[in-house]
Amino acid sequence: MEMINLTIDGQKVQVPEGTTVLEAARKAGIDIPTLCYLKDINKIGACRVCLVEIEKTRGLQPSCTYPVSEGMHVKTNTPLIREARKAVVELILSNHPMECLTCNRNRNCELQALSKQLGITDIRFQGENTTFPMDFSSAAVERIPDKCILCRRCVAVCGKAQGIGILGATERGFKSIVAPAFHRPLAEVNCVLCGQCINVCPVGALREKSHVQKVWDAIANPDKVVFVQTAPAVRAALGEEFGLPIGTIVTKKMVAAIRRLGIDKVFDTDFTADLTIMEEGSELVQRIKNGGKLPLITSCSPGWVKYCEHHAPEFLENMSTAKSPQQMFGALVKTYGAEKYGIDPARIFSVSVMPCTAKKFEAERPEMKASGFTDVDAVLTTRELASMIKEAGIDFAALPDEEYDDPMGMSTGAGLIFGVTGGVMEAALRTVYELVTGEHLEKIDFVAVRGLKGVKEATIELPPVGTVRVAVAHGLGNAKKLLDKVKAGEQYHFIEIMACPGGCINGGGQPIVSSAERMRLQEDYRAMRAKAIYQEDKGMIMRKSHENPAIIKIYEEFLLKPLGEKSHHLLHTHYQPRVKYRALANQEECKE
Amino acid sequence: MRTIEELKAIKAQYEQKAADQEKKGAPSILVHMGTCGIANGANDVYNSILEELKSNNINNVVVTQTGCPGLCHDEPLVTVSIPGETPYIYGRITADNARQIVKQHLVGKQPIGEWLVNKDDKANILKFEELNYIKYQKRIVLKNCGRIDPEKIDEYIAQDGYFALAKVLTEMTPLDVINTIKKSGLRGRGGGGFPTGMKWEFAYNSKGNQKYVVCNADEGDPGAFMDRSVLEGDPFSVIEAMTIAGYAIGANQGYIYVRAEYPIAVERLKTTIKLARERELLGKNIFNSGFDFELDIRLGAGAFVCGEETALLTSVEGKRGEPRPRPPFPAVEGLWGKPTIINNVETYANIAQIILKGSEWFSAMGTEKSKGTKVFALAGKIKNTGLIEIPMGTTVRTIIYDIGGGIPGGKAFKAAQTGGPSGGCIPAEHFDLPIDYDNLTAIGSMMGSGGFIVMDEETCMVDIARFFLEFTQEESCGKCPPCRIGTKRMLETLTRITEGKGKPEDLANLETLSVTIRNASLCGLGQTSPNPVLSTMRFFMNEYEAHIFEKDCPAGVCKAFQVYAILVDKCIGCGLCARNCPVKAISGKAKEPYVIDTDKCIKCGACVEKCKFGAAVVKKESGR
Repeated sequence: MEMINLTIDGQKVQVPEGTTVLEAARKAGIDIPTLCYLKDINKIGACRVCLVEIEKTRGLQPSCTYPVSEGMHVKTNTPLIREARKAVVELILSNHPMECLTCNRNRNCELQALSKQLGITDIRFQGENTTFPMDFSSAAVERIPDKCILCRRCVAVCGKAQGIGILGATERGFKSIVAPAFHRPLAEVNCVLCGQCINVCPVGALREKSHVQKVWDAIANPDKVVFVQTAPAVRAALGEEFGLPIGTIVTKKMVAAIRRLGIDKVFDTDFTADLTIMEEGSELVQRIKNGGKLPLITSCSPGWVKYCEHHAPEFLENMSTAKSPQQMFGALVKTYGAEKYGIDPARIFSVSVMPCTAKKFEAERPEMKASGFTDVDAVLTTRELASMIKEAGIDFAALPDEEYDDPMGMSTGAGLIFGVTGGVMEAALRTVYELVTGEHLEKIDFVAVRGLKGVKEATIELPPVGTVRVAVAHGLGNAKKLLDKVKAGEQYHFIEIMACPGGCINGGGQPIVSSAERMRLQEDYRAMRAKAIYQEDKGMIMRKSHENPAIIKIYEEFLLKPLGEKSHHLLHTHYQPRVKYRALANQEECKE
Repeated sequence: MRTIEELKAIKAQYEQKAADQEKKGAPSILVHMGTCGIANGANDVYNSILEELKSNNINNVVVTQTGCPGLCHDEPLVTVSIPGETPYIYGRITADNARQIVKQHLVGKQPIGEWLVNKDDKANILKFEELNYIKYQKRIVLKNCGRIDPEKIDEYIAQDGYFALAKVLTEMTPLDVINTIKKSGLRGRGGGGFPTGMKWEFAYNSKGNQKYVVCNADEGDPGAFMDRSVLEGDPFSVIEAMTIAGYAIGANQGYIYVRAEYPIAVERLKTTIKLARERELLGKNIFNSGFDFELDIRLGAGAFVCGEETALLTSVEGKRGEPRPRPPFPAVEGLWGKPTIINNVETYANIAQIILKGSEWFSAMGTEKSKGTKVFALAGKIKNTGLIEIPMGTTVRTIIYDIGGGIPGGKAFKAAQTGGPSGGCIPAEHFDLPIDYDNLTAIGSMMGSGGFIVMDEETCMVDIARFFLEFTQEESCGKCPPCRIGTKRMLETLTRITEGKGKPEDLANLETLSVTIRNASLCGLGQTSPNPVLSTMRFFMNEYEAHIFEKDCPAGVCKAFQVYAILVDKCIGCGLCARNCPVKAISGKAKEPYVIDTDKCIKCGACVEKCKFGAAVVKKESGR
């Protein structure tokens, strides 16, 4: 690649061709302030904050989109630039509800940080503010459009990374706003509630529907016994909320913290992840042996499930009927768990802590009442759990290590890696190989399905069955690419799809990594979280789901066998095609 | 079409037909049917002429639908040509008038002097070129407008149409074409004035097997209709030029982006593209040269910002029309990321003639850095409104007095606005300014696409600035904050000033905002949006100050400064004003003077309009 020489603020810099001025400046140790820019996601030059002076060009130029060229002279800090940046941010603030103190992004807001960075103490321009109705319609994602600064990161992540495009700019002039088409509520459009938009929003215009109060109420209710399950990816990111470096595993402190909130029992979703492998793996073997519908596609990501229902209903028959680990846990905690602890299931309040927003929708699906009760009563995101720990004044870093409660707290490395793209596939292969071949699997790291490549493929020899082709996609944009391949005739036996880019470690409920931090990090934060999970897996004694003694036991004393009668009732579900717009649904209802 | 001989044969055949018509002494009639003519009833005029000819059993008259000749103030227009005589141009014709013309002029051989537009004080008939309105003009772009049937390809060929394309494809290399355009000094007529040849050269030099030629026909400035008239009056000139451009840069696909609000232009484009395809002037192997070119229409939905080239491209791609940062420039990465040139309608309409007559012919016209002519849509407080094409360097004075016929009602000229919402005003002190790109930029205005709005002493310049800001604010795409929020804050300030609530610090704030918006906005729409404010502040600061400090609108426009009153000595107490007041602000007893409750009064002016005795009047709160 050709190298380009340029001068930034008097410093000579050499960077590869195609580098932007913003990136080149960073190399020279200059952090040009940005707002709409988000590395790898949004590069549109819209917010006019990263403006610089480039010799021989008119006016000021956005450094985030401007490519470097040989001999270029750039200035990043002149009176003209400082005034323009300030004035632009003042204008944005002049149409922003100044509710910082009560905003859920208080002290975690990029606009707030930018205002401080630029030394804004006064807003010269005042006037009318735009007002739009808030949208609390969906089960998981809430929109507060008045806080929207039209940076369009959500538009980019929803449209490009996820390939859905629910959000887009609408209206004109001062009234321009980012919204679903025709201002339809999120519940009435084909939003899959993955929450990626929340993770990229620099301000408080998007957030999850909070279940925090529901959980506090249940804890305070003497008639309720509160059982918590924590998903694999939560432990790999929760620490970030308490200042720990990205990629720190905090499982045991997390368990301790949850107990200190007043929770009765803390269990691990990894346990039902192991159970999912038993059920889903058996389903795969059965479908291959009996000529069932292939490829079998995983069903643990509720964002993916909803996507499939809206956008690819032709694949619903391919979807594994096995419930997600969250819902298996929910169904078991009020049956098996109630029996074990001798508690009336009506008294159990089941809470899940998830890296995910779509799990809130999944828990509310009407079919998720296998126990005879609502299987999962409340779903907290990683961020919500952190906020509760903070509210309770718990010194997270100083907590002792504590263990999960038995028996539903016992799990394997296979269950743990469910939190990363490729993890479900790897876990399934570890078990299916041994179940099918009856041989001991020596090399259990399936590295071909690891990593952040959009679509990953591998072939595995399963002697009695033959060659098995598998594929993994993460991010719904990649999922679509993979499904298109299948439609075009590509043959696979087993496919893993996770809705979020990187898998659950980058779920819509995880701690937010700001634009500045994403730029500062040498490595992709998703890879850092993933690495921590794989490290943890490596150190575990049990790394195959079928070796989990608690799993063996639950089959012995409760479920009897995978895909059996009880499993069918408690652990399997069904799906339904969904239209893209509610208006269409209404029309169909009218026809009926 | 395979050879230039075929073209020549068509031309000769057409000329022969005209000569035959002439020899027979048969009259011909042109009905001018641009949008302006049709809006004024030209369709009825056309139909009644046909009917009347039929009922009078006249079969030898050729009646032609043609485009607008530019005299919009006299629409609908009908030109009657009788061999051996100067053509008669009738103006403001109704369907009944038209029947009368057939009866009296064609049958009775008696022209109807009263309705003629082309007569002098002594009732002599003037040639079209001798009209005051026309004689200062130089018609290159508009040469066929109002003269030929825009939907007849043979008529276009008879006016040397497609000879330029034939020459380009059979005798010139792409670089020859680019060099000719470069040497001519032609600059983009859409607003920015970027040298056209250079733009083509960039696209030529860009690597890529797929390139595009785009025509910007998304004319959006308030009161501007140059491009519409060309597309309605001479669409083939644009189609031919785009084909030439395609050859020059190596593109075989073109798109005309035209606003859906121009239905007649769209229809004529559809028809003429089809005709060009039938004659193989579009399609494969044009003039046997091996060069292929296809052309399609894309309709704009009426967003002003889509006139900005990158927003236009985004819209053609099927997305919301929003600009994108440059670089990359369209010549490098344009439509679907491929090298693309975008030129405006008027720019294209110059191309064929530059090719045929040479770059020296073109560069001989105009000023040092602005060559050729410019079409303006003359509007506002001026007698002769319409479309004019003047050589670059013509003065404001010539436009307003010689061509435009001056200000109606003997009022004084205050300023002319060029460049629409992106431009600025030319005050009386610059009356003798030769109009070209650089002179207009130097006084804080811009050429723009060709809007020319004349304002008289009764125009409030603060209100005008507010009007343009309101326009840009509504048309902002909302992508960047300086434009989306900055223009809103400016508009709020201007509104406050015109409502009498201006504060001394508003002037400084307007300036700060203007500078920020100009420097920091993403696209040309935003960057130029403060121009009307900066320009009026530059030349008419006294009006701003009067509004803010003296609470007065010197032009008497801003309602906030008006007080309505009934003059006691004139009022006879008839009560007509009170009955017509929509808010019941007027009361009184019969035969006694009435009074207006100024708290209730909404200053609608109904009382002033209704009072037969001049008793209801507008009184200034603070007089001049």
